[in-house]
Amino acid sequence: MKARVTVTLKNGVLDPQGKAIEGALGALGFAGIGSVRQGKVFDIEVEGTDAAKAKAELEAMAARLLANTVIENYRVEIVD
Amino acid sequence: MKSAVVVFPGSNRERDMVAAIEKITGHRPATVWHGDHDLPKVDLIVVPGGFSYGDYLRSGAIAAREPIMAAIAREAERGVTVLGVCNGFQILCEAGLLPGVLMRNAGLKFICKEVELRVETTDSRFTRGYAKGQVIRSPVAHGDGNYRTDDETLKRLQDEDRIAFRYVDNPNGSVDDIAGILSGKRNILGMMPHPENLIEPLNGGTDGRPLFEAALSAVA
Repeated sequence: MKARVTVTLKNGVLDPQGKAIEGALGALGFAGIGSVRQGKVFDIEVEGTDAAKAKAELEAMAARLLANTVIENYRVEIVD
Repeated sequence: MKSAVVVFPGSNRERDMVAAIEKITGHRPATVWHGDHDLPKVDLIVVPGGFSYGDYLRSGAIAAREPIMAAIAREAERGVTVLGVCNGFQILCEAGLLPGVLMRNAGLKFICKEVELRVETTDSRFTRGYAKGQVIRSPVAHGDGNYRTDDETLKRLQDEDRIAFRYVDNPNGSVDDIAGILSGKRNILGMMPHPENLIEPLNGGTDGRPLFEAALSAVA
């Protein structure tokens, strides 16, 4: 089973890297950018076929290590 | 007064820390490897600076989940003095022993220079050797020193007099100019600046010395 965990900054958390990327995109001539927020994507191969069990495990992984829930949100998806 | 300095793969300030403590106490602290499950019986535990695990994932994130951290949490709960400097501060935050998180510096640049800190409270075993409001010098060397926390936690830190040091001229964007904070029981201090690098005149100053003298003479 393939899973994807997406970690994003919570609203209101300052993202200096996103700001710098936003500036760089503007400098390249891309117009109409409201804002850029940088996040992380983890593609994880999970053994077994029980999607519900895998999802619960992945939620625990995200909460315990992949995301710092002080500043970040996470989303777990089973891709296939 | 016995002490221990914890070493992770990628720590690089442990030698400075060991040298500072040895200089002040005359005793060499024990060094403890990250994979150990137990600590020797000590009165002071230090988590030093560096780049544990190459700052992968988030600064301090992987180190914070190592076996030795459970032992540090147990000892801290018993009231043992714990000091985290720079990466050590990041690790203590990631481990949940201190609130908040250290994010990328607001200016995105790694900062390596000397800064001025204001001592905000003398009510701790780390800061009682200073005067309240005293301005001290200390080097900083970090890319992720931008302290962040939610408004509620910030208010609690302020109300409970747990902000130990503030930057006089904020170099990294930290909320409320915070350079170092205390735990609720005031036995854990996390700070980004490096007091261990201002211990003797040859370092260019001795402003870091009162912190260690106080922490090392406190009986837990």
